[in-house]
Formats: sequence, C-alpha cells, structure tokens
Amino acid sequence: MTVTATTSPYLDQFRQLAPTLPGGRLPWLGALRCAGAERFAALGFPGTRQEAWKYTNLRALEKVVFAPPPAAAVSIDRVSSVLPEDLVRHRLVFVDGRFRAALSAVGDLPAGVAITSLAAALEATPDLLEGHLGRLGAVDGHALLALNTAFAEDGAVLLLSRGVDLEAPVELVFVTTGVTTAMTSPRLLVVAEPDSRATVIEHHVGLGETASFSNVVAEIEVGAGARLEHYKVQRESPAAFHIAVATARIGRDACYDNFVLTQGAQLSRSEIRAVFAGTGGDCRLSGAYMVRGHQHCDTTTLIDHAEPQCSSREVYKGALDDHSRAVFQGKIVVRPGAQRTDGHQLNRALLLSEHAEIDSKPELEIYADDVKCSHGCTVGELEDTALFYLRSRGIDRVGARALLTAAFLNEAIDEIPVEAVRTAFQDLTADWLQGS
Amino acid sequence: MAATIDTVEKVREVTEQKYKYGFVTDIEADTAPKGLDESTIRFISAKKDEPAWLLEWRLKAYRHWLTMEEPEWAKVAYPAIDFQDSYYYSAPKLKAGPKNLNEVDPELLRTYEKLGIPIKEQELLAGVEPTMAVDAVFDSVSVATTFKAKLEEKGVIFCPISEAVQKHPDLVRQYLGSVVPYSDNFYATLNSAVFTDGSFVYVPKGVRCPMELSTYFRINASKTGQFERTLIIADAGSYVSYLEGCTAPQRDENQLHAAVVELVTHDDAQIKYSTVQNWYPGDEEGRGGIFNFVTKRGACRGANSKISWTQVETGSAITWKYPSCILQGDNSVGEFYSVAIANNCQQADTGTKMIHIGRNTRSTIVSKGISAGRAQNTYRGLVKVLPKAENARNHTQCDSLLIGDRCGAHTVPYIESRNRSARVEHEATTAKISEDQLFYCRQRGLSQEDAVSLIVNGFCKEVLKELPMEFAVEAQKLVGISLEGSVG
Repeated sequence: MTVTATTSPYLDQFRQLAPTLPGGRLPWLGALRCAGAERFAALGFPGTRQEAWKYTNLRALEKVVFAPPPAAAVSIDRVSSVLPEDLVRHRLVFVDGRFRAALSAVGDLPAGVAITSLAAALEATPDLLEGHLGRLGAVDGHALLALNTAFAEDGAVLLLSRGVDLEAPVELVFVTTGVTTAMTSPRLLVVAEPDSRATVIEHHVGLGETASFSNVVAEIEVGAGARLEHYKVQRESPAAFHIAVATARIGRDACYDNFVLTQGAQLSRSEIRAVFAGTGGDCRLSGAYMVRGHQHCDTTTLIDHAEPQCSSREVYKGALDDHSRAVFQGKIVVRPGAQRTDGHQLNRALLLSEHAEIDSKPELEIYADDVKCSHGCTVGELEDTALFYLRSRGIDRVGARALLTAAFLNEAIDEIPVEAVRTAFQDLTADWLQGS
Repeated sequence: MAATIDTVEKVREVTEQKYKYGFVTDIEADTAPKGLDESTIRFISAKKDEPAWLLEWRLKAYRHWLTMEEPEWAKVAYPAIDFQDSYYYSAPKLKAGPKNLNEVDPELLRTYEKLGIPIKEQELLAGVEPTMAVDAVFDSVSVATTFKAKLEEKGVIFCPISEAVQKHPDLVRQYLGSVVPYSDNFYATLNSAVFTDGSFVYVPKGVRCPMELSTYFRINASKTGQFERTLIIADAGSYVSYLEGCTAPQRDENQLHAAVVELVTHDDAQIKYSTVQNWYPGDEEGRGGIFNFVTKRGACRGANSKISWTQVETGSAITWKYPSCILQGDNSVGEFYSVAIANNCQQADTGTKMIHIGRNTRSTIVSKGISAGRAQNTYRGLVKVLPKAENARNHTQCDSLLIGDRCGAHTVPYIESRNRSARVEHEATTAKISEDQLFYCRQRGLSQEDAVSLIVNGFCKEVLKELPMEFAVEAQKLVGISLEGSVG
C-alpha cells in the first residue's frame, strides 16, 4: 500500500470508521470495503497525466481533507421536489448522505417492488444485496469509485421483480447541508429484473457555502426486456465537488435512458458507463450542462457495444458563461463480433463568454465491420443573425441571448420522454438563465 | 452483411501478392559502426563536414534523448526497438562524389528507374518546360538532385540538407529546429541527433516555384534506420508544391524510419506538401516492415499564409505520424487531407494537429481511414483554439471504412476551444462498403475488384483530388493495388 499525503487522511478515517459502518459484521461487505480502501490507496487521486483525467484537475479537491459528516443531524423541515406534487409518490431523502425517514415517503408500492435505504437494506436483507453490490461498480482502475466502495454507508436500493411496472417516478433527493467539510459517499443500486419498468430521478442539491464532496456511485442492472429511465439533477452548492460514476448493464432487448442536468458544484464530473449484455439493447445517454463563474463540469461517457444489434444514441449540450470550463469525453467501443451496431453521438457546446473553455474528446473504437457509428461535435457562440432577428423584433439583447440559449439547451432536454421530467428540466434551465 | 466470403478470399489473394518495390539494390555501402552513442553522432557530423554549431546541436539533442521515454499513448503495439541494433549511417560508396548527374553510379540510376523515378534531366523537347525536380535520397545520403540550375535562375534553393549546411549555413541555422525543437518528442529528438540527409528548400520573396519539387526516399541497406530531415521555407508571397515518396526492400526485420519535416511560411506564402508513403508494410503475418515514426509540422508564421498537407499512407508496419499546422499569422490557413490504408497486420495511428493562434485562422481536416485484414487504423487529431484566435474556424471530417471483421478503426479527436467566436465542427462516421453499391457496380459488368477499387477511390476522392496531378495518378493506382479485393 502506497500512502501519500492526500490519501492517508482517508485511510486513517477508514480504519476508524470501518467497524461502525452499516452491515459491518457481514464478511463479504467488509472484504469489499477493504478492497476499495486498498485500491484507493494504491491508485491515489487521479492526475491529469492519466488520459481519462487529462482535462479535469483534482488538485483543488485533494487540498481539502474531507471527513464523513458528523452524526448530529442538521434539522431540515422540507425538501422541495423537482416534480409536480401529484407525481411525488415514492421518495427517499438523504441529508448529508444519510437517509431521513421523516422527510421521505416510500408510498404504496406494487408487489415485487422494494425501495429502501442502503443502510436499512444491509441490516435487514443483506442477502438480497450480496453479489449485486460492487459487481457493476467493481473496484478496478477507478480511484474514486474505490473510495466510495470503502466509505459507502447509505444510499438507495431499488429492486424490481420480473414484469413489474412502477408507474410513478422514484425520487431520490440528496441534500448536502455544507455545515462541515463533509465527504458523502452515496451508493445507488438498481436491479430491474426482466420486463420490469421504472423511472428514477436523482436530485443532488447543496445548501451551504462550505466545501463539500459528494462521491456518488450507481450500479444499474437492466434485465432482459426491462426499461429504466434514469434522470439526474445536480445542483450542488458553488463550493461543492461532485463526482459520480454510474455503470449500467443493459440486457437483451432492454432499454436504458439516462439524462443528466448539471448546474451546480465548483467541480463536477458525471461519468456514465453503459455496457450491453445482450442483443437488441437500446441505450440513450443525454444531458445538458450550464455553468458559470469558475465552475468546471466534466461529462465522461463510455458505451460498450459488447453484443451485436444494439443501438445507442448520445446528445449532450452545454452552455458556458464567465470563466467556466466544460469537458466532454465520449467513447463508443464496438467489440469484435458486435455486428449491426448503431451508435451515434452528438456533443454541442455554446461559449457565452470570451473566457469560457471547452475541451471535447469524442472517441470511436471499432472492431466490427457491419456497423453504423458516428459522432459529431460543434463548438461556437450564438449566431449573430439569430440574435439580430430577435432584436429586430424588439427583444432586448439579454432576452434574445437567453431565448436562444434556452432553445439550444432544450434541444437535448426535448429528448426526455417523461413529460413531467422534461417540463421540470426546462423550468430549471429557465431559472438558470434568469440568474445571468 | 459483413464482407462476403468472396471478398475475404480476395483479401487473402491480394495479401499474397508481392510488394512491388521489395527488391534490394546490390551496392557497396559506407556505413557507420552499428549502434548509437556520441561517437556515432560525431562520425555522421564528420562525414558531412558539418560546422561545430550543428554538432553541438546534435549532441544536445542526443543527451536530451537519453533522458526521454518512448511514447506509449498511440494505439500501436510492436516489439521493443533496440536502438543499438541498427546502423545510423549508410551511404552508397561513391568515387569522389558526382559532379553532375552523368557521374551518378549507374546502379543507382537503374534503381530509381525501376521505381519509376526520373532522376535524369531528360533531353527536353523545345518549348516543353520540366514539371518536376527530384532529390533522390538513398539510405543516409542524397544521391542526385535534378534541375538545380533551372531552379537557381529563379532563386529557388533545392538541395540536400547536408549541402545546404555548407552553402547556406545562415538559413539552415535560422530555421532548423525552429518549428520542431530538438527536445520536441522522443523520435524527433532522436532524429535531431542522428539525421543524415533530406531536402532543403528555400523559395525567395514573391517567387512562385516554377515546378513541383520532389524527394524520393529509398531505404536499401539492411539493419539501417533512415533519419531524414526536411526543411522548407517559403518567404513572403512565394509558393511551392513539394512531394515526397518512399519505398524500401522487403525484409523480415523491422527497420526504423524517424523523419522530421519542418515547414515555414511567411506573409502570403503557401506550401503544399504531398506524401505518398509506401514503405514496405511487412508480410501478411506481420513479419518485417518499416516502423515509421515521423514528426511533421508547419508554422504559418506570416499573415495570410497557408500550409496544406496531403498524405496517402499505404505502407509501413507501424505508422505514427501527425502532420500539424501552427496557425500563428492572422488569416492563415491549415489543411490536412489524408488517406490511410492499413491491411494485414499494419497499424496506423495518424492524424493532425491544428493550433489556432492568430485571428481569422482557418483549418480543414479530411481524413479517410480504411482498414482490412487484421489491421488497426486510428485517426488521432487535435484542434486547439487559443484565446486570441478570434473567429477561428475548423471543420473536421473523419470517415472510416472497415473491411472484414478482424480489423479495427478508431477515431480519437481532441477539441479544445478557448475562444467563443471560434467555430469548431467535427464529424466522424464509420461504415463498410454496402452490398447495394457493390451489387450496382457488379450488375453493370464491373468485376468485384474493379467495383471495390471504384467505390474506395470514390470514398477517398476528396483527398486524392488535392494531390498534384502526377501524384494523383500514382496514388489512385496505389489505392487500387492496396485495395484490390482488400475492400469488399
């Protein structure tokens, strides 16, 4: 184990904390956590010399020593939802990484659906989690995933039995209070058995001004013929660091749809890895990011066409104002034998300020010949002619820019099939533009 | 439908065809002792009777090289290169050094004739102007340069770089290493230490070079690396079109080729640089072939200047090559047109870098990659827009064609924009030759081979049309040969 100045505080914390973590007496879980800690120690924080982190420098994150949030709960009366009230039927709220039953409402669930907090599940039904936890999000070369594996104490578990259709979305709200320089390690586990269907909305919101670090890992198993819509809103505080790795395994004829709306955090990275485990799968990854100030927003995706006849589609759009910087790295791999693959990717960024910067790296790696793959990437500013048109119609400069920026971003948001979510995300985009 | 059995068969047939340029010229050679240390560099420098500053520069590069590590980021795999198991200097033995073309060893002339390269100044018919001047580089030395006198009339300098060091030391000293510094990268640094020959071109102010300039590189000697260095300077308002071609004998060993090309354009000047790279690619099992690690870079120093790279890459076991443009001058233009064909076990990792520094700079990238057999073909490119590059424009188009299910085609573009008024567009597609296209051609009476050649030439047309006419014909044939059945 190589211990460096930046990793050692976390390893010390881990040694103290490990026995007290939920499910600490489970041997398999203990082994998993230790493996995570060891891997993190071996890898250390990723540096920009690593290709995957070329454009995202974590030095600012490394400088702060974060600690797990104190046990004393911060009192919160109410947590707002991104959804209209009548749709908020299944809701789990986490404050500083820990489940708050008082703010949550699991609601009426059809037979075959389980929605619980990870900590509760580890105490009550650990057998259901063994074999799933740490399988898709295996501790490999990803230091922060390993760090989460070591520290994850709570999070959400959604289990869907074969054929069950959960109509209303499941809303998972993660509130970072920012009272202390806390590191939270939420872990999400979704196991959708064949032919089941559900919608999950992850909502990360920050309240305080203190630096905080959310290190989120999601493991998503989409069984054959199942359909999962996974949406995420990231509105952490301007001092926050937010790193998330979601791994989805898409079964035969299954469909996985992911959309990430990024507005918050001083430094954020949303990493999505989707792998096809059967033929006929369909994967859609999209997102809209809008940043300003000195925000840094990284979107990294990997779609692994390991099986033939699968299709994937990616649309990411971003608006960058002030001194903000965005990174997009999207990779599509088509494995040998994955014939009749259809893979398309589009990344477009709008630079609203002369100091903004975008780094984009779309990547294709193809080992099969009967495939249709493409990627497109554009970077530019608002079109003068479009601005002129609106101004000639009597709309002022600020209004015209906001209108065009909204139209630009909505092109990605329009991809969302669930109407309530689509509307909510459009509203959030409008709010962001108002703030400019 | 993937490639049909028929076409797969064809690929096999073609791969068994002999590489046309695989012969060896039996000629006595003067070589440096095997291996590389400071004495090798002193040997090369002494052979060329170089001034002290150049030897110092070489040694500085060599000492720096010792501290460097071989780059591993490219998507190519090859056995470790033993840099001590190679000769760094090999020159055909010449009696005194030919004073004119008539004194060149007839064996050498025959070699170039066999390669189809005219290095005789043929008797010209009255009123017919020569269209191309050739510099022929054989292993480590330039053996002949044609039409030098004709070019001198216009003030154009076209000669081996070793000659330029003697005759035009100020120009060489001013520009050598000014675009690719000696410490640039592992292979460029190695080249700076041991470069042997290459071409030097200087086009004076306001001169439009009256003919195409061409260098023909030939590796002949066994276990010898070729390290040529080309330096082209286009002074204000001038224009030059330069072509290079390369071949090597068929051998089971791998030979190293690490070249550096530097281009400089001043105000309103333009350089058009075309390459048809046909080094020996190795056999169908991947034995032998040239390791081609090349650093090519052009600096558009002046306003309104332009550098255009066109390359047809069909040879080499490993290609590692990124012809780049540094667009410093306002309104300068960079272009990169590339066809890269990889068959059998070839691995190509090639692309470009466009660095936008000046205002209103524009760049265009068109890359066509074709993979067949078990080859891996990667486009790797960088488009970088710096904060001052107001209104910079880039358009990139990368298309890949795959033939057979054992090859790979990869695209790795990097786009970095730090100016909001810049507009950067990148598009990449991957496809195969459709059965519909093939069927259409076949039912019009074309053979499978001709149909494939037609379709692939169509796929590459955007690039091939950028080549000067003489080369375009050769390149089209080359694409045809490389693809006879190898695409389907």
